[in-house]
Amino acid sequence: MAIETPMKGFIGESIKRKEDDRFIRGKGNYVDDITLPGMLHMAILRSPFAHARIRSINTSAAQALPGVVAVVTGELLAQHKLAWMPTLSGDTQAVLATDKVRFQGQEVACVIATDPYIARDALPLIEVDYEVLPAVVDPYKALQPDAPLIRDEKEGQTSNHIYHWEAGDKAKTEEAFSKADRVVTLETFYPRCHPSPVETCGIVADINPATGNAILYMTSQAPHAHRTLFAIVAGLPEEKIRIISPDIGGGFGNKVPIYPGYVVATAASLLIGKPVKWVEDRSDNLISTGFARDFHMKGEMALRNDGRMLGLRVKLLSDNGAFFADAQPSKFRAGLFHIVTGSYDVPAAHVEADGAYTNKAPGGVAFRCSFRVTEASYLIERLVESAAIELNQDPAELRAKNFIRPEQFPYKSATGFEYDSGQYEKALRLALEKAGYEELRKEQAEKRKKGELMGIGIASFTEVVGAGPGKHYDIAGLRMFDSAELRVHPTGKAILKLGVRSQGQGHETTFAQIVAEELGIPAADVEVQEGDTDNTPYGLGTYASRSTPVGGAATAMVSRKLRDKAKKIAAHLLEASEADIEFDHGKFFVRGSPSKSKTIQDVAFAAYTNLPDGMEAGLEGVTYYDPPNFTFPFGTYLVVVDIDRGTGQVKVRRMVAVDDCGIRINPMIVEGQIHGGLAEGFGIAFMELITFDEEGNCIGSNFTDYLLPTSWETPKFETYETVTPSPHHPIGAKGIGESATVGSPAAFVNAVIDAVGHLGIKNIDMPVTSDKIWTALKAAGAAE
Amino acid sequence: MGWPISVTVNGEKVSAEVEPRLLLVHFIREKLRLTGTHIGCDTTHCGACTVLLDGVPVKSCTMLAVQADERQLTTVEALHAGGALHPIQAAFKQEHGLQCGFCTPGMMMSSFALLADNPDPTEKEIRWALSGNICRCTGYMNIVKAVRAAAVQMKEAAAVPAGAAAGS
Repeated sequence: MAIETPMKGFIGESIKRKEDDRFIRGKGNYVDDITLPGMLHMAILRSPFAHARIRSINTSAAQALPGVVAVVTGELLAQHKLAWMPTLSGDTQAVLATDKVRFQGQEVACVIATDPYIARDALPLIEVDYEVLPAVVDPYKALQPDAPLIRDEKEGQTSNHIYHWEAGDKAKTEEAFSKADRVVTLETFYPRCHPSPVETCGIVADINPATGNAILYMTSQAPHAHRTLFAIVAGLPEEKIRIISPDIGGGFGNKVPIYPGYVVATAASLLIGKPVKWVEDRSDNLISTGFARDFHMKGEMALRNDGRMLGLRVKLLSDNGAFFADAQPSKFRAGLFHIVTGSYDVPAAHVEADGAYTNKAPGGVAFRCSFRVTEASYLIERLVESAAIELNQDPAELRAKNFIRPEQFPYKSATGFEYDSGQYEKALRLALEKAGYEELRKEQAEKRKKGELMGIGIASFTEVVGAGPGKHYDIAGLRMFDSAELRVHPTGKAILKLGVRSQGQGHETTFAQIVAEELGIPAADVEVQEGDTDNTPYGLGTYASRSTPVGGAATAMVSRKLRDKAKKIAAHLLEASEADIEFDHGKFFVRGSPSKSKTIQDVAFAAYTNLPDGMEAGLEGVTYYDPPNFTFPFGTYLVVVDIDRGTGQVKVRRMVAVDDCGIRINPMIVEGQIHGGLAEGFGIAFMELITFDEEGNCIGSNFTDYLLPTSWETPKFETYETVTPSPHHPIGAKGIGESATVGSPAAFVNAVIDAVGHLGIKNIDMPVTSDKIWTALKAAGAAE
Repeated sequence: MGWPISVTVNGEKVSAEVEPRLLLVHFIREKLRLTGTHIGCDTTHCGACTVLLDGVPVKSCTMLAVQADERQLTTVEALHAGGALHPIQAAFKQEHGLQCGFCTPGMMMSSFALLADNPDPTEKEIRWALSGNICRCTGYMNIVKAVRAAAVQMKEAAAVPAGAAAGS
């Protein structure tokens, strides 16, 4: 006998995840698990140099190795007009180098072989004659007139400057600064880091030579957009391309761009007529795929002596590597960085951004953030900390004094955003209360008397997520809407098909819960499908915390569309007027007589068996949702650290996180997202770094050098919530996947600076390692 | 050119001829088609490829298949061999100890070895035992909770005399 589950999976219920059943059995299906008959394997030869001219490439020895089927070079691709491809920022990127290599790790040639070991064996047999050129890895040096020109193949490109972009009102900001009692300045560098999902990127390209049908199994966060780009880049007819993004082993932005490996494997499958698999190894992933950040920022804050903010001025230089490949809306050259006024009512602000080419890997993906929001949030929250130290004010109270107040929403920011809703002080006060802030400050004062270093760091962040609206925000010209198709079967079970694509966020559960809430079909009866472009409606994909704000809204709206039809059918079944029918969690009843009712399951059956005259059969629909605005999740994070004066070692004692992401669909999953983001924020603050030596050699090309936090270092998290629904989202949800990565780095670093600020140490750039702290302490005469 | 090996894989004896350089993880994934064991880093750091060799957790990405000759290999697929979920599997779901699922098999195999060795580990002991397995999604808190929950459940199950559950 079937036991009815007590929970239906309505919004707000922490039901267990549906997707877990396959994962805990080792039965997930990731790209590398896919094996097709006759499948060949591809490996990529990468440049050992950061900048070098290619004099010649000799592939004959590699070609001669038994088992090698083909060696693909840029020259071969050029014959098919595929040596270059467009980037997501309107630039071009080499698929395989023809003229020069421009960063260490750049793709130079590919071997296709019957066995992955043989493909690897053949790589060193390819002879490439390089003429090494001077490399430039510092964007400031790259902009000097005598710097080596990296993009000499681009017509009209005479320097390494990529773009200049501004937001806000310059004149008004200058005026605000002229009236300031003080100006607080912070120059800081948000270093290059890498999303490093545990699964690397890969593809199995399977093009049928007889039909021309291309099935591409790909680690793709945006399968529909990728299908269109493949059609445009490779000249394949779009109706013949089917992208299947199977289970994804984490994305964090790393699986948004199209990488050369995908393109070459597809081209090779087309030319050879057999399936071709390419899966990166970890070094491939770290040295060539989408990095994040690499932003040099100078922030200036104009203040009155009482701590009231009057203006904010930011200049930033973005290091974009050899190709401008940021994944971001095309009108916004520095992404959504102009959210930099954060949670504060800053009357005037101006942002100036420039981008520079360097001999480093391209990318600029939004690593668990919404297009450069992380950099913006970091700068403003660090700047507030600097202001608190300079004004000798409590950093919590300085924040409270300047917050946008609840009654000011919808709030138009000085740089042009319209914030939807927020209760910033409420979140701050909750964090202070839960942390026992006053006691902590007393303890800190006691410890300081004894010469011990303890710090309390705060970040009261605001995000801007859920792009569109499509009118202003696009990816490669595609409007940033998203979609949901819902099919309710005669037995009352449903299939929901989405344009977004989970990489671990639990869509199969939470999106079923939205249907449960709106239509009353238990979440367990709603099968969620994603990732197959032949089988789902067009959407822009999952990144920048847009699944719930946009795809979730589409799901709610399509459910309501079906509910409207269901209501008509219910009226017919109940022999009542539609105007008298009420709905409550899966039950339609006649107003005033709740016993006279039909369930959604009754109605679903009737939709195929017993319809009112003139009504179309079926209970199915599709919605494409273009959001009217972004959503603005927010919160306050509070970190307590102790620092060892002898070693500079930081111990994170507490991490208190108050998040407000509006309505929580599945609180368990929301908490999980926050935990993950906090751990990644911790890693970025203290451990993770991709850097380069003067010659452009990448340091951070494996997990020995690129340090990820393990269970041992990662602190425990104390999580709390406030709930401020988004007024424009159908279910009031805001998105939560990235808040913690956006907000937490500043809280961690502020805690360190709070511990050492009284010694005159104003800034330590991330990753804040023990040696950097110790060196700063030593310079301040405070090291033991 | 093949090298004969004989490995007991999840209780069943498997004989194969492998290239001496074949990595154990490739033997597991490509020859045995047991794809629950994943590859994340190739350098022994991430632990996605963790399996048990004679009951000891090893990173199969940096061992050769020939090194498994005449030994007992246990992969994630063995955890629910009897059809029912192992308490570790059930606890990972119950405590939301996984998100993308990619690190999960390795994480569960390390947990399995820990609990075999230490049936009642503290949080600190769990964190240390799992520090060779990287998870990018969960921030580890719920993984630690899951292992604690599994330990409790396994202890309770062991305390029930055989047949008592059915008889009560």
